[in-house]
Amino acid sequence: MIEILQKAAAQNGLVTAFAIVGLIVLLSGQISRRLTFGRVHGSAIAIVIGLGLAYWGGTQTGGHKGLADMSLFGGIGLMGGAMLRDFAIVATAFEVQATEARKAGMIGVVSLLLGTLLPFIVGAGIAYSFGYSDAVSMTTIGAGAVTYIVGPVTGAAIGATPDVMALSIATGLVKAIIVMVGTPIAARFLALKTPRSAMVFGGLAGTVSGVSAGLAATDRKLVPYGALVATFHTGLGCLLGPSVLFLATKALVG
Amino acid sequence: MIIYGTALLAICHLLGIFLGDLLGQALGVKTNVGGVGIAMLLLIFARLYMARKDILPKLTELGVEYWGAMYIPVVVAMAAQQDMVAALRGGPVAVLSAFAAAGTCALVIAAINRTERATEATAPEPVLHDNPLLADAE
Repeated sequence: MIEILQKAAAQNGLVTAFAIVGLIVLLSGQISRRLTFGRVHGSAIAIVIGLGLAYWGGTQTGGHKGLADMSLFGGIGLMGGAMLRDFAIVATAFEVQATEARKAGMIGVVSLLLGTLLPFIVGAGIAYSFGYSDAVSMTTIGAGAVTYIVGPVTGAAIGATPDVMALSIATGLVKAIIVMVGTPIAARFLALKTPRSAMVFGGLAGTVSGVSAGLAATDRKLVPYGALVATFHTGLGCLLGPSVLFLATKALVG
Repeated sequence: MIIYGTALLAICHLLGIFLGDLLGQALGVKTNVGGVGIAMLLLIFARLYMARKDILPKLTELGVEYWGAMYIPVVVAMAAQQDMVAALRGGPVAVLSAFAAAGTCALVIAAINRTERATEATAPEPVLHDNPLLADAE
């Protein structure tokens, strides 16, 4: 019996994923209503449950894709993979008010640049203070603090060692998780209320996954504005990381 | 037909990714530059154009809006496949630089967004969306 059920679930991965995620969202909605009296957004709880399951899956399989590495939950990988994630993000653009987006055009670009520069300087500085004092390692770890894709792309381009690459990816992952979980908590401090503020947030906080999940857990209506800017983050980082930022770091530390 | 909406979304998505790849290649970066953002802009313009021409019936809109409403579940699935073990194993350098980077950015976001409140506090609340599929989620 159990085997037949498992086979059915494994062979219909995406459908299984819909059912599982539905259950997670239902459960977190109940937790939000009953335990926190609506103070913590249901989506925030659902994302934390997802991250918890990812940790559990990672320890069970030793893989890199959390729950999706377990054959029974393989469909989670498709449902939350880059294809459907981007498809759903693009769909949210349907709700964007063009006038609102245009109003924040310039500030969006400024925050994008700041969002690449500031994390890079902070990350490279901390790498330096921990003894990673060569320009290649500093640049790679600094780039990882931008996003976890910029880190390895930059590292590969300038020839970083595998352990520095791993560190760089880990930095980006931790940052994405901080943004996912921290945004709803810090929403009031960040003054996240308007489309413009969401675009500033999208440019500065970086990482599409962090921004999109963080905004989703704060206010679903702000998601498209933040995502619209954040999607340029990785591209800009990959552009500046191995070029301008690397050369600047090299000029500074030799 | 609901598929018209989903197909419109798919075409914008593919075209955006394609243009993003082209842009990346032109800039000499090994990655997609803003493909999703370009796709979003395409969809915004497509919607404005079709609404003006009056060729955007409610059913077509629903074909897009369904996927917009599926966004949070997709994000939950995305969270469930993060490499949490590696993130936590990264040690103090990773955790410290991530926290410091996120903290610095949070301060700047707060600073920039506070300037807005002063100048635009009187602006009327904008109508943000009319997706009936979302009414429940809020």
